[in-house]
Amino acid sequence: MEAILQSIGYDAWVLPALLIIPLIGAVVLLGLGQAGGNDAASSSSNGNARVIAFAVLLLEFIVSAGLWWSFRPAASGWHAAVDYQWIPMWGIRFTLGIDGISLMMILLTTFIMPLTVLGSWTSIKKKVHTYFALMMVLTSGMLGVFMARDLFLFYVMWEVMLVPMYFIIGIWGGERRLYASIKFFIYTMLPSLLMLVAILYLGVHAGSRGVPNFSYDYLVAHPTLAPTAALWLFGAFFAAFAVKVPMFPFHTWLPDAHVEAPTAGSVILAGIMLKMGTFGFLRFALPLFPGASMNPTVRATIVTLAVIGIIYGALVAMVQPDFKKLVAYSSVSHLGFVMLGIFALNLQSVQGALMIMINHGISTGALFLLIGMIYERKHSRLIESYGGIARVVPVFAALLTLVSLSSIGLPGTNGFIGEFLVLIGAFKPYPVFATIAATGVIFAAAYLLWAIQRILFNSLDKKENEHIPDLNWREIGLMVPFVIVIIWLGVYPAPVLRRMEPAAQKLVTTVEQGAKMAGSRSAPAVTALVAGVPR
Amino acid sequence: MMLLQLAAQTHPLAGSVAEWVWLLPVLPFIGFLVNGGISLISAAHVGPSDPDMGHADDHTHGEAQDISAGEDHGAHGDDHHAVKPHRYAGIVSIVGPLVLAASFVLAFAIFSQMRAVTMNVPFIQTYFSWMPVGSLQINAAIQLDQLSMLMVLVITGVGTLIHVFSVGYMREDPGYPRYFAYLNLFVFFMLVLVLGANYPVLFVGWEGVGLCSYLLIGFWFSEKANADAGKKAFIVNRIGDFGFLVAMFLLFSHLGVLDFAGVKAAAPGLVFGGSLVTAICLFMFLGCAGKSAQIPLYIWLPDAMAGPTPVSALIHAATMVTAGVYLVARSSFLFSIAPVASLVVALIGGITALFAATIGLKQWDIKKVLAYSTVSQLGYMFVGVGVGAYTAGVFHLVTHAFFKALLFLGSGSVIYAIHAAYHHTGNHEDAQDMRNMGGLRKYMPVTWALMWAATLAIAGIPPFSGFFSKDSILGATFERAGHSTLADSSLFGIPGSTLLYLVYVFGVAAAFLTAVYMTRMMIYTFHGPNRTGEKEQPHLREAPWVMTGPLVVLGILSVVGGWLNLPEVVRIGRIGILDGWLDPVVGDATKRVAEVAAGEAHQAASGELMLIVIAVAVAIAGMAVAFVRLKPQTLVPASQSPEEEGFERVLAHKYYVDEAYDAVVINPTYQISKRVLWRGIDAGLIDGLLVNGSSALMRGFGWVGSRIQSGAVGTYAWVLVVGVLAVLGAVTLR
Repeated sequence: MEAILQSIGYDAWVLPALLIIPLIGAVVLLGLGQAGGNDAASSSSNGNARVIAFAVLLLEFIVSAGLWWSFRPAASGWHAAVDYQWIPMWGIRFTLGIDGISLMMILLTTFIMPLTVLGSWTSIKKKVHTYFALMMVLTSGMLGVFMARDLFLFYVMWEVMLVPMYFIIGIWGGERRLYASIKFFIYTMLPSLLMLVAILYLGVHAGSRGVPNFSYDYLVAHPTLAPTAALWLFGAFFAAFAVKVPMFPFHTWLPDAHVEAPTAGSVILAGIMLKMGTFGFLRFALPLFPGASMNPTVRATIVTLAVIGIIYGALVAMVQPDFKKLVAYSSVSHLGFVMLGIFALNLQSVQGALMIMINHGISTGALFLLIGMIYERKHSRLIESYGGIARVVPVFAALLTLVSLSSIGLPGTNGFIGEFLVLIGAFKPYPVFATIAATGVIFAAAYLLWAIQRILFNSLDKKENEHIPDLNWREIGLMVPFVIVIIWLGVYPAPVLRRMEPAAQKLVTTVEQGAKMAGSRSAPAVTALVAGVPR
Repeated sequence: MMLLQLAAQTHPLAGSVAEWVWLLPVLPFIGFLVNGGISLISAAHVGPSDPDMGHADDHTHGEAQDISAGEDHGAHGDDHHAVKPHRYAGIVSIVGPLVLAASFVLAFAIFSQMRAVTMNVPFIQTYFSWMPVGSLQINAAIQLDQLSMLMVLVITGVGTLIHVFSVGYMREDPGYPRYFAYLNLFVFFMLVLVLGANYPVLFVGWEGVGLCSYLLIGFWFSEKANADAGKKAFIVNRIGDFGFLVAMFLLFSHLGVLDFAGVKAAAPGLVFGGSLVTAICLFMFLGCAGKSAQIPLYIWLPDAMAGPTPVSALIHAATMVTAGVYLVARSSFLFSIAPVASLVVALIGGITALFAATIGLKQWDIKKVLAYSTVSQLGYMFVGVGVGAYTAGVFHLVTHAFFKALLFLGSGSVIYAIHAAYHHTGNHEDAQDMRNMGGLRKYMPVTWALMWAATLAIAGIPPFSGFFSKDSILGATFERAGHSTLADSSLFGIPGSTLLYLVYVFGVAAAFLTAVYMTRMMIYTFHGPNRTGEKEQPHLREAPWVMTGPLVVLGILSVVGGWLNLPEVVRIGRIGILDGWLDPVVGDATKRVAEVAAGEAHQAASGELMLIVIAVAVAIAGMAVAFVRLKPQTLVPASQSPEEEGFERVLAHKYYVDEAYDAVVINPTYQISKRVLWRGIDAGLIDGLLVNGSSALMRGFGWVGSRIQSGAVGTYAWVLVVGVLAVLGAVTLR
């Protein structure tokens, strides 16, 4: 495999290609849509749009899959790196490259995207071309975030990703879509602007002879910021990422966005876009500002919020009448584990956080797809409008049970690996927090098992539910990859862990050393700024 | 499968049949795949390509509905229309038990090999790296030693019998393949549990059996009570699992290893009786209390009787619920250096044994009697492993697996007969209520005789198996109360010695009550007049041979099981076989607790004889009390029975513990989550005040909203795409 990839010069073009392929797809889709007349489009034209979208994203997945083999975990530095001049006047470069962390995030994205197209096959009925075109742009934006090694480029991609999602929720969403989409937009846009300011400050600060420098590698290698400035800049990055994660208490956009978004929107939001926040912490906030992020007060605050999020998200999930909202709040809980893992900052906990990022994408993505399927049949997301349907839709029931079990971290499924690693890693620096967080496994079982009992089990007491058709072949087929990955990552996650380990180790070392250096430079200033909160 | 057997090369079992140990769990797993596949394929009716269209047209799917309509009702179902066996029942009946039998044969072959060689270190096979993360290296590995072998023999042996029994018991259930799929999967996870070479792999089995228990308790999920019971079992077990997890975190952060061999090697480095090892053991015991239904987490087990009766026999009596006892015995190298934690184990075990026995006195549901009896007997086992008599605890685990499996299966036969009789006449009475039984000896003589054998065994009448195992626990407790590391330590200022004497008294009192409630169960079920009903009596008959056959085997084992480990004072065969067998695993730990020097001989034979006399006297007294006091002639069928009064009512309602948990834990959690966290903090504080509160923001909403509604999304999309392309193009086409 490696030899084949080498012979076609794979590493040299793969990253730009991954960005361009979806955009070409978007152009084709929009062109077709215009030719066919957007609203009056015939069903065959809509069918074509679906096929094109699926084909493009499948191609995208196949192209990206080569990275699994071409990536060499042992090699240091960036893999498949690309570096072009872009806007020389402002010192902005078009620099791409991946490490083990972004490798898995890219594969997660390209894995989920074609499956969401399959999941939107029949549920999207208006403006089909535009819808799929937006999904294409979204794909490029998300992949760009994972690849960017230039802070300005990263910011561009960050915003490119935001806009299509805003439209997807706002146009194809549920009844309160307008409220949800605007809330989503403003909630995530405002802190992003703060981050833009921070990026500009960083770039200018690191520049020479009036030309700013946005190179990620340079900024990490030359931490010349004053501690106070670093703390403020970290705050700006934190705001942007914490909302995206979402960390308690910045999470309230999420339930609305999830509930109102169409199925594919929820899947992408939960499966991929939430990871942008935690990825941002891993890639940018921590390595760029090791001193600020490892400041004891800051760290303790974030870990506390993470643990609150774990318990709080689970408890609030438990009492949701709407299944989509339940899953949304469960995301708050799961992402709390990720944040705990990142800020516990050791190899086990960071690896665990990365595993949860992948697992949450798989399991929650699959959950939203399943909810979407049953919603298409019954047009209700309320748990109470079901009950006992396992008799009527056994395949759906088997899949929902399996995916739920993976979501509550049953050993043997993917969910267990991440939670176990985060907790066992976090236990070293934070035994009490980790113990409190571990009670999350109880609440997770409580809210999901209770929910699936009320949906699948109990008596089939509603007449209208007796004739719900079971999943069709398309739906079964699109769930099969999820099932395979759930079991594979639960039983044999070692290949994934090995690919991520050097990057995780490098992060831990970089941040630890950076924090030590920053601490030796001037600890008093930092503590003075955050005075009032006892250490 | 790739075998990385580096260290194992020199092991006496290397190259022998023991190399096939991985096949032990894999066989049941194959059974699961086959039966699960059959179940899913035969139940599935793939829907139309556009589900939205399909919904509008209900009639085309009416046919599919009719087939799956009977899915949920089995032996307990209320429907009385003719039930046809599942169309693949034939192949399922073969595959389900066969994989277990094959696994048992292989286990026996490995066992024979183990007996032929002397092995003092476990045989460890590593298959692949499961979680390699820096200093944390967890392998998918199997550990074969005397303890795991014993457990494997019990699981596959008793498991095979129960699978065969199930063929008769569940054959007419529409969910027959699903039942066997779950049952096979359970055995797979149970074998992973006892064969895992490290705590995380053990934990896979630990949660896996919990999953199967959940699925099987809620097997007839259309009844809310059954689904509730399954969920309750899972969640209560998760509370225990939380403890187990924390124990693993403590182990890893202080010892840096999680495999048994590594922890055993590092354990001597821990401070004897120190807070660390005590905390590890107590958290681990929390896990045991969940899985093995001890106070305060026992509440799920009685409800678990909602599952099919063979499931109660296999999972909730013989195997899964004893996993906690296994875990303590497996971790004897830790518990033996944590005397305070061991005292807690013994004390909780003793209290649970007595407490559950009192509830067992007033239950009318035959399975509930046996459920509380199981909780009580598990308490005995914990007394055994708690006082450092690890072999005694495991010995009782084994004999209990025989006689309690027999009792459950026997009660299954009874329920099957009563249910069939009611089914014939269309009566809707409760087939599990003993007030609807009585005088069954006449109709079911084989079941009657076998269940008496098991009753004598559990009551502790010599020479039945339970007598020997229970006696060895009580004897050890008495002995340790006099002289041991536990007696020298103290808990809450009370000397360990005093506590252990108290535990002994609890044990004897529980033995008395055991004899009473078991005799009561037998009298009400099999003796006196029959209360099933005039019309039903002609339909009462013995179960088919596929069901009574396994009972006979278990009956023999219940009688002779005691010969596994005869005490010195009862010289009717070879003495202490099990002691010798388990010595390489728990011998050191046992001696450490008993403060016996390595070469020192066992003493105190005269005292032991007296203890035996006391135990037997108590058991006989209990049975006599039951015979004298109970009057089956005065009982009336369940539907006409009055409610109990006074303390009897408290017992019948199980001390209102469930109600108390509801009021103190579950309801407040739910209400606080709903009213304070969700409505208050989420919707009220964060969203209401901070996010939406700003009216300027709301105006902003309005403005952006008017943009999006212009409908020209296509334009936006174009702008977006062109913009991004321009960005990319600026680079690439430069």
